[in-house]
Amino acid sequence: MFETFTFHSLPPEDEALRPAIRVLAEEAAASLGADQRARSWQGFDAAFSRKLGEAGFLGLTLPRDYGGGERGPFARFVVVEELLTLGAPVAAHWIADRQSAPLILNFGSEEQRRHYLPRICRGEIFFCIGMSEPGSGSDLASVRTRAERTASGWRLNGQKIWTTNAHRADYMIALVRTSGTAADRHGGLSQLIVDLKAPGVTVRPIEDLAGDAHFAEVFFEDAALPDDALIGTEDEGWKQVTAELAFERSGPERIYSSIILLDAWIAHLQKQGSVGEASLRLAGNFTARLATLRAMSIACTALLAQGESPVVEASLVKDLGTSFEQELPAAIANDLAARPDVPVDAELRRALFYVAHIAPSFSLRGGTREILRGIIARGLGLR
Amino acid sequence: MDRTELLAPFERLLESACTPAVVRAIEAGGDAATLWDAIEASGFLDALVPEAQGGAGLALADMAPILIACGRFAVPLPVGDTIAARHLLALRGETPPPGPIRLTGGHAEAAAVGALPAARAQEIRVDGDTPSLHLAALVRAAAIAGGAQRLLDASLAYANERVQFGKPIGRQQALQQQLAVMAEQTVAARIAVEIACAAGLPLSLAPAATAKIVTSTAAPSIAATAHAVHGAIGISAEHDLHLYTRRLLAWRMEHGSEGWWEARLGTERLAANVGSVDWVRAAVTG
Repeated sequence: MFETFTFHSLPPEDEALRPAIRVLAEEAAASLGADQRARSWQGFDAAFSRKLGEAGFLGLTLPRDYGGGERGPFARFVVVEELLTLGAPVAAHWIADRQSAPLILNFGSEEQRRHYLPRICRGEIFFCIGMSEPGSGSDLASVRTRAERTASGWRLNGQKIWTTNAHRADYMIALVRTSGTAADRHGGLSQLIVDLKAPGVTVRPIEDLAGDAHFAEVFFEDAALPDDALIGTEDEGWKQVTAELAFERSGPERIYSSIILLDAWIAHLQKQGSVGEASLRLAGNFTARLATLRAMSIACTALLAQGESPVVEASLVKDLGTSFEQELPAAIANDLAARPDVPVDAELRRALFYVAHIAPSFSLRGGTREILRGIIARGLGLR
Repeated sequence: MDRTELLAPFERLLESACTPAVVRAIEAGGDAATLWDAIEASGFLDALVPEAQGGAGLALADMAPILIACGRFAVPLPVGDTIAARHLLALRGETPPPGPIRLTGGHAEAAAVGALPAARAQEIRVDGDTPSLHLAALVRAAAIAGGAQRLLDASLAYANERVQFGKPIGRQQALQQQLAVMAEQTVAARIAVEIACAAGLPLSLAPAATAKIVTSTAAPSIAATAHAVHGAIGISAEHDLHLYTRRLLAWRMEHGSEGWWEARLGTERLAANVGSVDWVRAAVTG
C-alpha cells in the first residue's frame, strides 16, 4: 500500500539553495523573540516578502516566462523549510506562493497568468483563499456564496469567514456557487478571483484567542466582478479545489508549527547541568518523530515532483504532523512544570503559552483531523 | 537497484514456502529445514556480505523491502538476523556457521522468553552501543513495519467483509477513523525503516534509534486496532491474526524498546548545539 510513497533524499542542486535562503531568513527573524517566531507562517511582513521575491525565492516552481524560478517542488521544500524552522515572517506571500500561483498556472488563461504570476513572484500581490462560510466548514460543498452572470461579468453575493489574511491580501480566490443549489453538491461550483478592493466587498478582521488578527470575515454585496474573474472551468470548481488542497496539505508547514518551541525547549535543557531520564526520552521521541515526519513530507514532495496529486498521502502526513505539533506543547509544559526547581526564562514561557493555546487550530485549518481521516479511509477502500 | 526487481522473487518464495500453516508448524517444533533451505538457496542470506567475500554486496538501502517482507510473512526463523550476522562476521573476516544465526543480548532476552519459541540456531551476542546492536534493532524495526502491513491489509479486508447493522463495519466512521490512524502508523513505520536503511553501514545510532522508536511506539497500537477490528474471532487460536500481533509485541521489546532508544537518541541530540531540523539532516537522514 502506498508503494510510490517512499524515502527520498533532497537533490543536491536543491540543497544548494539552503545557505542563501538561510541568510535572508535569519536576518528577518533576528529581532523577533521566540514567541514571535513561533507564529510561524502567521507572521506578516510585506517588506520581507518583497525581498524574497527580489532574491528569486518566490514562485520557485513557476516557469521563468511568468517570473518564476523554473525549479521543482524539492527546491520549494528547501526554501520553505528554512523559512519555517527559523521562524521568518512569511504570511504575506504564503498562500499566493503555495497554492494560488500553482492554481492560476494550472487552470488560468494565458492572460490571467501574465496578469497575476509575475507580480506574485515579485512579492507584490498577496492572496487569500475564500472557502469557509458561516454555514460551511467541513462540509465545503455546501457553500452558498453565489455569483451570477451579468452583461459585463459577475455579480457576487454572500459571505466568507475564517479567511486567513483577507484583511491584508489583495485578492481572494473564492469557491462560489455559479449554478444549481447546495443539493447539487460538487456540481455547479466555480472559483473566482476577487479583487478585495472592489466596491461591494467588505473585510473585517477577527481577533483570535492569542490576541492576533490573522483571519477575517468577508462580505460580498452585489460586488461586480469582470468576466475574467472566473478561473478555470465554470461549474468545475470542486475538482480544482481538490487539487489545490493537495498543495495546501502536503507542505512542511504541517509538521513545523511547533518547531520554534521545540528548539527553545532543547536550548533550555542544554543550559542545565544534568538532564533527567524523562526529558532525555522526550527529546529522543521528538527527534525520531521529526525525522520520520520530515521524510514523509519529502516523500509527498517527491510525488508532486512526479506530477502526481498526492491527496491521500498529504492527508496522512498532515494528520500525523499536526498530532506531533499539538503533542509538543503539551509534553513540554509537563516536562518544564515537573521540575519547578529549574527556572524557565520568560521568552520560552511566552512561546510555550502561545503555541499551547493556538495548537488546537493546527488540526482545524486546511481540513480537520476527522475530515482528513475520512479521506484516508476512502483511499483505503472503506467508503 | 530497482526495489521491486529484488523484492518480487523473495516475496514469491515466502508466499509459497512460508504460509501461516508453515509458520504454525515450525512454531510447534515441526520441520524448519525445508523453509530454511529454500531461503538459503535464494542467496539473500549473503546479501550484505561483500562480493569479494562471496556475497551479493548489496547496499543496506536495497534491503529495506527484504527485511520488511520477513515481518510481513511472520517468518519463524531468524532470516533478518542471519543476514545481519553474516555481514558482521564478514567484517571481522570470519566464516559464518552454517544454518540460522540469532542475534541475542541483554535486550533480546527480555522478549524472547515466552513470546516466540527459540528456533534452533547459532547465537551471536550484540551488546553495548555498537553498530552491531544498531543493525539488530533495525532488523526488528523492519519486521514490525512488515507485520504492521500484514495486519493493516487483514483489518481492511475484514472491515469490508464483516457485516453488522446491515452494512460492512468498515462503513462506520468510528472504525474508519481508527483504520486511518493505523494506516498512518504503518506508513510511518515503513518510512522510518527506509530512513535507517538509507543511512547505510556501519549503521550509526541516530537512524537505528529513529527506526526502532517509531516502529516500537506504533507496534502495540497497531496490534490493538487489528484486534479491535476483528472482534472475538481475532482472539481465537484458530485465526491467524495472533501470529502477527504476538510478534509485533515481542519485536517491540527485542533489542531495546522505544524508551531505551529514546534516552540514547535524546542524549545524542542534546549534545549538539544546533536546531532540530539541522540535527536530523546531519545525524539521521544525511
